[in-house]
Amino acid sequence: MTRTISFTLNGEPVAAEIKPHHNLVELLQREFNLLGARESCGQGMCGCCTVLVNGTAVSGCLYLAAFVDGAEVTTVESLANGDTLSPVQEAFIEAGAFQCGYCTPGFLLMTTQLLDAHPDPDDDQIRHYLSGNLCRCAAYPEIINAAKLAARKRRAAAPG
Amino acid sequence: MATSTMQGGDAAARVGGQVGRSPPRLEARAKVTGQAEYTHTMRLPGMLHGKIFRSTVAHGRIKSIDTSAAKEVPGVYRVVTSEDVRKVIPEPYYGPAFHDQPILAIDKVHYVGEPVAVVLAADPHVAEEAAQLIVAEYEELPAIFDEVEAAENKILVHQELKPAGTFADLKHLKGRKGTNIALDFKLRRGDVDKAFAEAAQVFEHTFRTQKVLHLALEPFASIGDWKETGLTIYSASQGPSFVRTEIARLLGWPENRVRIKVPYLGGGFGGKLYIKLEALVTALSMIVRRPVKVALTMEEQFYTITKHPSTFRIKTGVDKNGRITARKCEVYWNGGAYADIGPRVTQKSGFTASGPYDIDNVWIDSYALYTNVPPAGALRGFGIPQLVWAYESHTDMIARALKVDPLEFRRKNILREGRPHATGQILENAKHERALERVAERLNWTKPFDRGTGTLRRGRGVAVAIKAVISPTTSVANVIIAGDGSTTLYCGTVDMGQGSDTSMAQMVGEVLNIPAESVRVVQRDTDVTPYDMGTLGSRSLFHMGHAVRLAAEEARDKIKALARDVGEPEGSNIPLAELFKKKYGMQAGNIVGTGIYKPDYVPPDPATGLTPNATPFWMCAAAGAEVEVDTETGQVKIARLINVVDCGRPVNPRIVETQISGASLMQLGFTLFEKMHLDAGQVTNASLADYKIPGMLDLPTVMENEAVDAHQSNGPFGAKGVGETATFCVSPAIANAIADACGVRLTELPLNAEAVFRALRANADKPLDEE
Repeated sequence: MTRTISFTLNGEPVAAEIKPHHNLVELLQREFNLLGARESCGQGMCGCCTVLVNGTAVSGCLYLAAFVDGAEVTTVESLANGDTLSPVQEAFIEAGAFQCGYCTPGFLLMTTQLLDAHPDPDDDQIRHYLSGNLCRCAAYPEIINAAKLAARKRRAAAPG
Repeated sequence: MATSTMQGGDAAARVGGQVGRSPPRLEARAKVTGQAEYTHTMRLPGMLHGKIFRSTVAHGRIKSIDTSAAKEVPGVYRVVTSEDVRKVIPEPYYGPAFHDQPILAIDKVHYVGEPVAVVLAADPHVAEEAAQLIVAEYEELPAIFDEVEAAENKILVHQELKPAGTFADLKHLKGRKGTNIALDFKLRRGDVDKAFAEAAQVFEHTFRTQKVLHLALEPFASIGDWKETGLTIYSASQGPSFVRTEIARLLGWPENRVRIKVPYLGGGFGGKLYIKLEALVTALSMIVRRPVKVALTMEEQFYTITKHPSTFRIKTGVDKNGRITARKCEVYWNGGAYADIGPRVTQKSGFTASGPYDIDNVWIDSYALYTNVPPAGALRGFGIPQLVWAYESHTDMIARALKVDPLEFRRKNILREGRPHATGQILENAKHERALERVAERLNWTKPFDRGTGTLRRGRGVAVAIKAVISPTTSVANVIIAGDGSTTLYCGTVDMGQGSDTSMAQMVGEVLNIPAESVRVVQRDTDVTPYDMGTLGSRSLFHMGHAVRLAAEEARDKIKALARDVGEPEGSNIPLAELFKKKYGMQAGNIVGTGIYKPDYVPPDPATGLTPNATPFWMCAAAGAEVEVDTETGQVKIARLINVVDCGRPVNPRIVETQISGASLMQLGFTLFEKMHLDAGQVTNASLADYKIPGMLDLPTVMENEAVDAHQSNGPFGAKGVGETATFCVSPAIANAIADACGVRLTELPLNAEAVFRALRANADKPLDEE
């Protein structure tokens, strides 16, 4: 029943033994002790389990581990460069864009992807892009502010 | 889109002046890097996973439980029923108010979703698969779901009441039979019958609220690790001290053999209080002598704890001048199958059911009811949002009937500082009137208002409320300074997102004149963090805040004594590490400061409910809403939502603002769409696919949050709690705005498009068929 898959995890080549029913969140938590992607609703409705596969956000609680064979997987743990936080992480802290923090990794990854696609998003773009992520503490106004602040930080840091 | 008048803080840490700053949360880095630890993702070596088999009937006698097929599944370690539990815990009933809830169902089940058996396996998938193979047979019994019908006692949920003995005012219920009423609280002030007879007009309405739930994104999770020498529980709990006391009682052990460790919580909102999974994992770990984890799915949260649905009959007498002379309140709280903290909600919120108004004659009956639905407990407001929904809708209905401006009617009747509340307590430090006035100013209440055109009708509404804090309760804190001068705070307040670690560190910093960022706040662990009644009811900043202040002051005094001891002047700039070194000859020693706080309180008279001291502080709120109603569809758009609170002096203004905003938005979900649907006691929308919570697209077009300028005279540094305050007024402010927009009055939550449309059609004498 088990098979071995190989993939790139946050830039490093890795391999793991999996079963066909294992999902990506389980794989990351059990085999690699990466706990930032978390299961919550179990239905792909909340975004707490967001992981990037080949640069695209997926719901790690629904995405079968087998599907990442050969893929590039990126998690919240890779956003910081050593001790240096990414502009999105910094902006979330400065804007106070979380309370309990359970949903935060998902929002950080989606906001990063948002800014890759739309470097200068308006409120409407932010709301729609992040509408698939839920925050029960409802830090939404602060998250919108954080996305705008992160956009400014990224533009300021961009070469040229 | 959000605007605010609250000041953010300075960016840099500075010495002194810590209260009133807005440093980022101490744990901010851990939360943005994915490093913050939560129970739901914790693992212990050798751990087994438990998956719960649940009741499929609302009320029934268990005839048989067949676990044979489950045991055959490869990888299953053990299947556990109440028979096994009773071998290790003979009396496995728990609860904060009543010892009524069994660890696993015994003889009977009382609601659909009640835990009946558990499968244990190293692989959670195996446990889950096997749990589905368990078969239970029940002899079904008549069930009761509605709180008002339950009060008739024709169908009984439990045969006998079993008060826990913790609360003196519940002791008289011991052994009471033939009733579903877990508590009947009453308050009697003046003579309401006489006042109604003499009133110029009397108004009577009934309001209802629906069943909703906390839905923390981190579902409930606990790990039990039992050893003969002691038990350790890792749990997503808002009340580690209570868990310790209750588990020790169940085991017949002293508290010092029970250790509760609580990492950060992925949301709590009142759900993760008292015993949830802790007693279950204790029993399971005792049975198999290995660590056992039970982590619920989102669906299972719907079967664990919810908010109280309620029915509130309210009757008000008004004299010819528009003064309220009498109010009678009958409140029925649907507590579900187990009491949890419902009887406290019934009393501790029930006594404010007549609202923030100055009324000479008040009659309150508040009933906690058992029913055959999932249990109800505390949810961000402890019953107050249900009460305010009713009395502030009622207030508007009276004003409209009297053809008086709703704001003017409130001004005329509002309870002012220096006047007695319904309990008899003289109101102090309560700026609800100021909050209401700020809302009115922000709404430009006296200016002309755009009422919309055609099928888009605009309206606005306000509401005002007060809440007492649960009392009397105790908090203890320790501040320990190490030989290098670094400071650590040990307190049991659980940071579940409200930012308590940061605020408490700011208070320590304020007293010791050090930056809040330099204070380490220890994770909750009952082996080291001292007693605290619980992180609930917006009590922590006040109660634990005082304990922390006292602990820090004691440490400060000991620093002075240490300086004197080694021949240095008090308050000099000699580093603390030097003082330790002079005293102990090396980097050694400690300074330990301890603070204990319990406010004064006078229990209410059992016959009248009156007391001169019901609460050490009042939470005060007002809200204003502008809505746009599409009369063709019933859709309600929230154009503007204004939340103003009195929280005394904000310790961390930015965190206070996120608390106001978050509380208001959570209540917005409870107001506009959230509802657990039940069919014969079965929840039929137990998932995030079918139970919608607020998301990005549900934000009001404009939201404004404000804390009025205030200083709580008996609070730590002038502060008091704020976690719940902005929930109180949202529902009635919106209902009042809808009535203002299109003339329909809704008396039951949620205010969804269907409800509005049905009411519009009924108003036009073209009612839709009922489903």
